[in-house]
Amino acid sequence: MLVSINWLKQYIDLGSITPEELAEKITKAGIEVDQIHYVTSEKSENVVVGYVTACEKHPNADKLSLCQVDVGDEQLQIICGAPNVAKGQKVAVAKPGAVLPGNFKIKKVKLRGVESNGMICSLKELGVQEQFIHPDFKEGIVVLPEDAEVGQPVDDILNLDDVVLEFDLTPNRADALSMIGVAYEVAAILDKEVILPKPQVETEKDDHVENYITVHSEAPDACPHYLAYVIKDVEIKPSPMWMQNYLLAAGIRPINNVVDITNYVLLEYGQPLHAFDYDLLNTKEIVVRYARDGEKIVTLDDQERTLKCEHLLITNGKEGVAIAGVMGGKNSEVNDSTKTVLLEAAYFYGGTVRKAVQHTGLRSEASTRFEKGVDPNRVKEAGLRACELLVKYANGKVVSGVSEFIVDEDDVFQTEVKREKVINMNAEEVNKRLGTAIDIETMENILRKLHFAFERNGNDFTVRIPTRRGDITIFEDMLEEVARIYGYDNIPFTLPQNASQPGGLTYGQQLKRRIKQYLHGVGLSEAITYSLTDKKHATMLMSPELSKDYKPIRLAMPLSEDHEYLRLSLLPELLNRLSYNVARKQTDVALYELGAVFLTEEETLTKQPKEHRRLAGAITGVWLNHPWQQDVKRVDFYVVKGIVEGLFRYLNIKETYEPAQIEGMHPGRCATIKVDGEIIGFLGQIHPSLAKEKDLKDTYVFDLNFEWLEQYERQTLAYEPVPKYPSILRDIAFVVKEDVRAGDIKQEIEKLGVPLVKRVEAFDVYRGESIKADEKSIAFNVHFQDPEKTLTDEEVDELFEKIINGVNEKFNAYVRR
Amino acid sequence: MREELQAIEKEALEKIENADQFQQLQQVQVEYLGKKGSITKVLRGMGKLAPEERPVIGELANNVRKTIQAALKEKKEALEKAELEKKLAEETIDVTLPGRPVHFGGNHILTSIIEEIEDLFIGLGYEVREGPEVETDYYNFEALNLPKGHPAREMQDSFYITNEILLRTHTSPVQARTMEAYGGDKPVRMICPGKVYRRDTDDATHSHQFTQIEGLYVDKNVRMSDLKGTLKLFAEKLFGKDRDIRLRPSFFPFTEPSVEMDISCAVCGGDGCNVCKHTGWIEILGAGMVHPRVLEMAGYDPNVYSGFAFGMGPDRIAMLKYGIDDIRRFYTNDIRFLKQFHEA
Repeated sequence: MLVSINWLKQYIDLGSITPEELAEKITKAGIEVDQIHYVTSEKSENVVVGYVTACEKHPNADKLSLCQVDVGDEQLQIICGAPNVAKGQKVAVAKPGAVLPGNFKIKKVKLRGVESNGMICSLKELGVQEQFIHPDFKEGIVVLPEDAEVGQPVDDILNLDDVVLEFDLTPNRADALSMIGVAYEVAAILDKEVILPKPQVETEKDDHVENYITVHSEAPDACPHYLAYVIKDVEIKPSPMWMQNYLLAAGIRPINNVVDITNYVLLEYGQPLHAFDYDLLNTKEIVVRYARDGEKIVTLDDQERTLKCEHLLITNGKEGVAIAGVMGGKNSEVNDSTKTVLLEAAYFYGGTVRKAVQHTGLRSEASTRFEKGVDPNRVKEAGLRACELLVKYANGKVVSGVSEFIVDEDDVFQTEVKREKVINMNAEEVNKRLGTAIDIETMENILRKLHFAFERNGNDFTVRIPTRRGDITIFEDMLEEVARIYGYDNIPFTLPQNASQPGGLTYGQQLKRRIKQYLHGVGLSEAITYSLTDKKHATMLMSPELSKDYKPIRLAMPLSEDHEYLRLSLLPELLNRLSYNVARKQTDVALYELGAVFLTEEETLTKQPKEHRRLAGAITGVWLNHPWQQDVKRVDFYVVKGIVEGLFRYLNIKETYEPAQIEGMHPGRCATIKVDGEIIGFLGQIHPSLAKEKDLKDTYVFDLNFEWLEQYERQTLAYEPVPKYPSILRDIAFVVKEDVRAGDIKQEIEKLGVPLVKRVEAFDVYRGESIKADEKSIAFNVHFQDPEKTLTDEEVDELFEKIINGVNEKFNAYVRR
Repeated sequence: MREELQAIEKEALEKIENADQFQQLQQVQVEYLGKKGSITKVLRGMGKLAPEERPVIGELANNVRKTIQAALKEKKEALEKAELEKKLAEETIDVTLPGRPVHFGGNHILTSIIEEIEDLFIGLGYEVREGPEVETDYYNFEALNLPKGHPAREMQDSFYITNEILLRTHTSPVQARTMEAYGGDKPVRMICPGKVYRRDTDDATHSHQFTQIEGLYVDKNVRMSDLKGTLKLFAEKLFGKDRDIRLRPSFFPFTEPSVEMDISCAVCGGDGCNVCKHTGWIEILGAGMVHPRVLEMAGYDPNVYSGFAFGMGPDRIAMLKYGIDDIRRFYTNDIRFLKQFHEA
């Protein structure tokens, strides 16, 4: 809403407050003033109304005119370059000595040998900002109204000193979509009276509206009240300049007097009106009804609209003449030859109008107000106000009577919508809820400032809410009214007095933070990526324990293909983030993300999907870069595995790794991670072709079921005494076929070594001299320990022998000497 | 013999003096003090001496031996010291060369901000709750006093999946879910961070996915002044004590009265600049007293319980706090961006 301060002054005495001070006060009372627009950049001085008594061609220049201009106290000869200057015009004259914006001083000059004593001005020259210039006066000089008084300053006529406040309205404050509503708001803030227009209309006694029209609503649930006024003998011409200026200030383009008057009243009362050319209606009735499915109407913008049965149509009894509350029909548009106007003032419920707006995409000043709710008790008066103005500025004659449809007395429109709400408000309760100590007098004063009628009995107020404030329906709404006029700044700062409770993180939340800290410690940076992705990436690199029946969830109305589906894996977008970095020469990157993937087997969702949190990481490039000591290591499988193993040690969970084939992963460098036989994730190198597609070099990933980690019931930490007796270390190297895996041998050693073998680690893998081509040697450290005593060599030898024999047998191995 | 011993002493001490290797000292040891050494030889001739001279010469020989031994020890230590010094000198390295790097990562800046806010409110007795990102229309809108047909819930503003299921547009549904879980008769103090989604085209100031964190406090006799005090505490902690705060009336369907909180602009200190649109104030969060309908729908009697709620965007807070000019920075995850926020 754009609020002209000069216009606002018609309804309220603003005193000497500056626009900035006013904006600040309005903002602090609850309507945010987004911007302050000045109509002119700078003030002009000494610019007056002049009357062009003669206008001839400049003797020495084709494009210049030589004008004689009466400015009251003198006659000035002025040379004017504007093509639209003409004899008989009232114009804005900068007399010699005048100063225009930009410190442009007007002096007597000679132009091509002829004296020019001043300047006939355009609006631009007067410093008027582009958005406030009437389209007719964008080029050339501004032509003033005929009744402008010669010699008077032009400032008032052209509204040059106006300032416009731009409101950023919250959706509840529909009342501030009208100048009168804004006046009430400002009156409450500044403690002033509101001066309301009191429309006076003299009607034609011998001509009655019944001779012209009857109105009926067949859809009282959408249009409970409809009024039609008939104004005859109208003369279509431009509206008065002051009205045009106010409309321009409000961001509305002036059209002609009839249309401008409906718009003016819309802004003044917040009540949209529509003017039909009565003669073009071709019938004597207005019927409001729902459209038929597929019914067509050509709207004022020359577009043919196809409606549905949920859209409300104004008809002449046969065909549509307007989409109710949205836009008029082309067939009944007011035009230059219009003689008789049928003026519609109606109440349409917001929901119906909203449907039509959504369907047609037509959002207008009118529809916005209906959608948010107009004041049901201002409909009639707004109609009268427009009649008054049509008499005054279109020479119209209002026929007596009004054709009116209104729903029955027992309809909710009559029993509730049109009725003032009554809210009981106890002063003590107000203070209790706000934490304030506002006294009774102050509270009464606040209600008085708001212009709310009330009665008081002790601490109990009975407040009648005017229907213009449809947003106030319950006690809490009144609480806000009292608080905001009292001033939010005046409410004290306290902390709740209630008994305190221990706050804190749950075990899972604490664990989440610890896991993240571990990952940070080993060098991974947290990433946050989009949950929405494209179809291809939605299902890429899903962890193998997730069912193949899970389907990616598609949005009903995606904004782009890139963000169309909910993801089933965090990895694809992490890989994209790696690519993004690599493309920017950041070649060594290690990222992880903890986030949800969305699981459902349903084709069409009937219930929420399962949100499954996963912890995934992706690493590319050099992992350790210490070149001057020849210590440079690119990330490889065992770097990532080391990180994952470390995490499981940190969490005290015993996991195993098994080779796996996963689409998108390197077939020989990928493993599932299992705990207690259950897969809870995977790790490995992404497939070289996927890496190529993403412009990545060797890239390794891991992906873990975070919920599983979070919920796993770990053994509570149990202290074991530090061993008193020395341990014994034996090394052993087994030669095995290439396809035998170290992890399997290790497991076998551990199994055979119970109870004395405490730790087994592979420390060397050898291929080459003295080993056959399809064989390899794997060497292990085996740690023996007895907590009760010092082990003897004999004891160890015996067990070691058993282990060697067992491994040799199981893996067809032999010991490398 | 006396002269002989004195000559031995002189000779031995000279050799020790001139020695520069352990081996030379060893030779002196053998040559003079050994079983076949000079002193032993001299002592063997003791028998020829007069008995009264024997103890005198014996003592002399002993002193010579001690003197040589002491000289040997001293020289040996000196050589050891020299050798060690030489070794240390050789081992000197360039301490300005870089060390073997140790990687460290860190939280995403949005997580850091969320954790900072969580920790503040945990200290005030709040718990942290989370909720689903794919929500039902009921929890995302209806339970928050946004009935069907309400203008603030148009299809084109939200990512719907079906008519009843959508990506949550705010973290507020967690408020409704938490109150329900509490059963309508227990105080609620909770804070809920998370991802939210709006049907916006991504640009410098809009993101179809961003984060929010909301707080909810429900109990008996909770006052609007309590909300003000709580928000002040929050603003001081997050932005510093030297920033002013201002509360303005506003509108949210799920609170009444509603509040928007501004903090004085850090860039211009309140004088007005481009960042604060020349107002001196920056909008930082929305809040209010929980709407009685919201309490009621979640099972709390609004005549007995009241409460306040507040919500803010960590993305916006981070942008203001660090002068980040483009919201997409949070989601492109440029490592040069992420790393800047990893300091302790």
